[in-house]
Amino acid sequence: MHDVTLIVNGVPRHARVPARRLLSDFLRHDLGLTGTHVGCEHGVCGACTVLLDGQPVRACLTFAVSVSGQEVTTVEGLARDGQPSAVQRGFAECHGLQCGFCTPGFLTTATAFLRDNPAPSDEDVIEAVSGNLCRCTGYQNIVKSVHRAAELLAEEGP
Amino acid sequence: MTTKLFGEPVRRREDARLIAGDGRYLDDLGAGALAVAFVRSPHAHALITGVDVDDAIDVEGLVAIYTWEDLPPGVREPLPLLIPHPALTHGRTAYCLAKDVVRHVGEPIVMVVATDRYIAEDVCERIRVSYEFRKPVVGLENAVDGPHLVHDDVPGNVGAHMVQEVAHRDGRATRDVIAAAPHTLEFRLDVERSACMPMEGRGVYARWDADDRSLRVYSSTQTSTSVQMAIAAKLGLPLPKVEVIAPDVGGGFGVKIVHPWPEEILVPWAARLLNREVKWTEDRREHFISSAHERAQVQHVKVGFDDEGRVLGLDVEILHDHGAYTPYGIIVPIITSTQLLGPYKIGSYRVEFFSVYTNTVQVTPYRGAGRPQGVFCMERTMDKIAQYLGKDRADVRAANFIQPDEFPYDQQMIFQDGRPLIYDSGDYPESLRKLKDLIGWDEFPLMRSKAAEEGRRLGIGIGCYVEGTGVGPYEGGHVQVTSDGRVHVSTGLTSQGQGHETVFAQIAATELGVPIEKVSVVTGDTRRFGYAVGTFASRAAVMSGNAIALACRKVKEKALRIAADALEADPADLEITDGMVHVVGAPNASIPLATVAVLSNPLRYAFDEEAKRATQFATGGSMDRPPVAEGQEPGLEGKDYYSPVRSTFASGMHAAIVETDPDTAEIRILRYAVVHDCGKMINPMLVEGQIHGGVAQGVGGALYEKMVYDEHGQLLNASFMDFLMPYVTEIPKIETDHLETPSPLNPLGIKGAGEAGVIPVSAVIAGAVEDAEGIAIDRMPISPSDLYALRDSSRTSGAVSRLRNTQ
Repeated sequence: MHDVTLIVNGVPRHARVPARRLLSDFLRHDLGLTGTHVGCEHGVCGACTVLLDGQPVRACLTFAVSVSGQEVTTVEGLARDGQPSAVQRGFAECHGLQCGFCTPGFLTTATAFLRDNPAPSDEDVIEAVSGNLCRCTGYQNIVKSVHRAAELLAEEGP
Repeated sequence: MTTKLFGEPVRRREDARLIAGDGRYLDDLGAGALAVAFVRSPHAHALITGVDVDDAIDVEGLVAIYTWEDLPPGVREPLPLLIPHPALTHGRTAYCLAKDVVRHVGEPIVMVVATDRYIAEDVCERIRVSYEFRKPVVGLENAVDGPHLVHDDVPGNVGAHMVQEVAHRDGRATRDVIAAAPHTLEFRLDVERSACMPMEGRGVYARWDADDRSLRVYSSTQTSTSVQMAIAAKLGLPLPKVEVIAPDVGGGFGVKIVHPWPEEILVPWAARLLNREVKWTEDRREHFISSAHERAQVQHVKVGFDDEGRVLGLDVEILHDHGAYTPYGIIVPIITSTQLLGPYKIGSYRVEFFSVYTNTVQVTPYRGAGRPQGVFCMERTMDKIAQYLGKDRADVRAANFIQPDEFPYDQQMIFQDGRPLIYDSGDYPESLRKLKDLIGWDEFPLMRSKAAEEGRRLGIGIGCYVEGTGVGPYEGGHVQVTSDGRVHVSTGLTSQGQGHETVFAQIAATELGVPIEKVSVVTGDTRRFGYAVGTFASRAAVMSGNAIALACRKVKEKALRIAADALEADPADLEITDGMVHVVGAPNASIPLATVAVLSNPLRYAFDEEAKRATQFATGGSMDRPPVAEGQEPGLEGKDYYSPVRSTFASGMHAAIVETDPDTAEIRILRYAVVHDCGKMINPMLVEGQIHGGVAQGVGGALYEKMVYDEHGQLLNASFMDFLMPYVTEIPKIETDHLETPSPLNPLGIKGAGEAGVIPVSAVIAGAVEDAEGIAIDRMPISPSDLYALRDSSRTSGAVSRLRNTQ
């Protein structure tokens, strides 16, 4: 068993887990943060995407013990002052989700993407979300949502 | 201020929790529950000769290991055959845990319960099952009358055989009509296997309350009421002691309408036996090999037609692969057989299908549910007729359309609901006109020749369909207005992302004249509504939408009656706007609906200021009448059901322009256009979303997705690495236009929209690739390698007919 401490959504969180504990299971089952979803357990669908020190990673392909001490942002950590973030609002405004199971992975991915590329082209957006599977929306409204989020971020200012 | 919300693109009320990570999907529940994993067969066909658990029982954290022998009566019986049919003469279903024989890779044999999933899987790895191998039956044509049997007592592996014929109006049989037709064509079509693949797999979580002797079960299902009945029956519990709730469900697309899954019986059974919370969450590999697939068919087609391209006779023989078991009956080939007719008047029609066992995962409905295969057949037929006659493909379709003044149109067959296949309304010529405008059908030849000048190869395809939606038998709705003015709506069917909380709230808010913020909707919870059928066949909006509207009308009638008493007005002069009941044209003579709710329930005890108004010394009613009048009930609530005489028929037409790479045979969709008619739309934004998602699944089925079984019955691509579901990079922008021909069958005039998008896509893409290449495309999906091979064989052996010079 190993002591794992992560800074999750700005708060230090600790649990004692086996070495094989996946980051996705650590977040979901040890910390009770069930917003991060697991769709394939082999790193293809992207539903489990979280930000590790700001960068999108597949939580289902990451051992919790291997990232001890690092900062993790999950979908639960995207809101600011209790208000949904620009990316979250963009998805709600543009019908960018249906069943919502893949949505946390898209939201975290888009959050990191728009931070680095605040005024993306259509091609940029498609490239950014091209590693996440969605079975409901056909993606068109997801692309629209990311563009809308960029607008909302621009309105918010730095 | 208006409260009319029906027809508006209202934003989804589900989204606030889902974007925040506050959704509650199955595996988000039951944090302390024991975990289940299964030992599943690695072999497609074998006798089980032994199960050795010696190495497993010492694993720390193990709670229980069960095989079929451990199961009590009820649980050890075969699972139910949900939809019997006289033509399904040899229906067979699986056991919860395999008894003696396994018939596909993935069939559950041993159930393991442990303190967490990691440990449960450790235990599974240590359990040794011994087998005596039997020859697997794989591939439709190997199965029919083949030397090996999936079930020893099913000769020829044929589970069902059905012939339906609609003779020519002069009485001649279809085959005679075809023989006498001016022109005939004969060909074979193939459609591969695919699957629903919701992002969330299946899952079950059960809590036994030993004090209350009751069971609460959460399942990622499309039918909680039917799961409830199945669990009560199998476990011998009184129905009111079993609650089943569908929490947030991460997509269904058909696979979760099948029930009870083995796990839906085993997990509650173990929870009661162990008196512990127990949960099973399906992993992705399990979903590939242990749930259900769909689509695979081989079709042999003969068609006779006249010089205008009008179909005089159509004769289709279908081989349908239903996998190892038939829990959902033969609904899929029945739908293929009936919906194949599409928007056309076919002079005479004979359809025969053989539904066949193979040692593969069972086949049950996947969004579209047999229609994509039927539409593929009919639309390929239309294209071939046009090609043969040298006519425009749209014109040939138009020559066969049912005309707007011919509704209701009786296709003289029996549909999947056991009722006549009578189309209620539609306007197919107008749909086609809109589609040709949208895609630029008439301008395409110019576009093609310009592209050809640049060395690019383009093609255009078209596909039309009619979809029976809103099948019965019924759904219900319950509406309650409480004394705080809130409106609580419930219906029994479940939600998997369609946005029911939004559209049902729109209906209730519109019917009752209240702000939508006051309305909350619960679906799929047997505690709230016990009678329901389920969410499938594009039926939820039609069925529950109308039931809720009818329930609201009852509530409104009662509210107006009570308010009329209070306002000393005639109920006929009252209306409700923004939650206030008022005299029409006199907004000051009004009473809040919340107060009406208070007055509707005569009280003895006051618990807040509002309630005081309804207590016995506060009300000023007549002393000669009882507080609750005869025939009335306390409370402002209503319940009603909608049960349609038959299905309502939505329709649509799609067109696509594709580009094929002359060297690599890569296929790219340049344009994709949809004209869609689902009657009156409750929320056009959500309808569009359904279309987008359906088309994306259709594109997957046309170009990428197939289940690859080897001759041993091993599914070679049972992961998202190898089963190619489209990402954003594979899906074109979808251009849509709508037509609204209301259904005359239901009060709201609506038709279903859930499945539509997926139905004609393979037909459209096949037509477009064929148009680009001049090579017959008769097998879907088509990959670049497939197309490359087709080009090769058409060049070298002439085995594939060249349709036209493409230069």
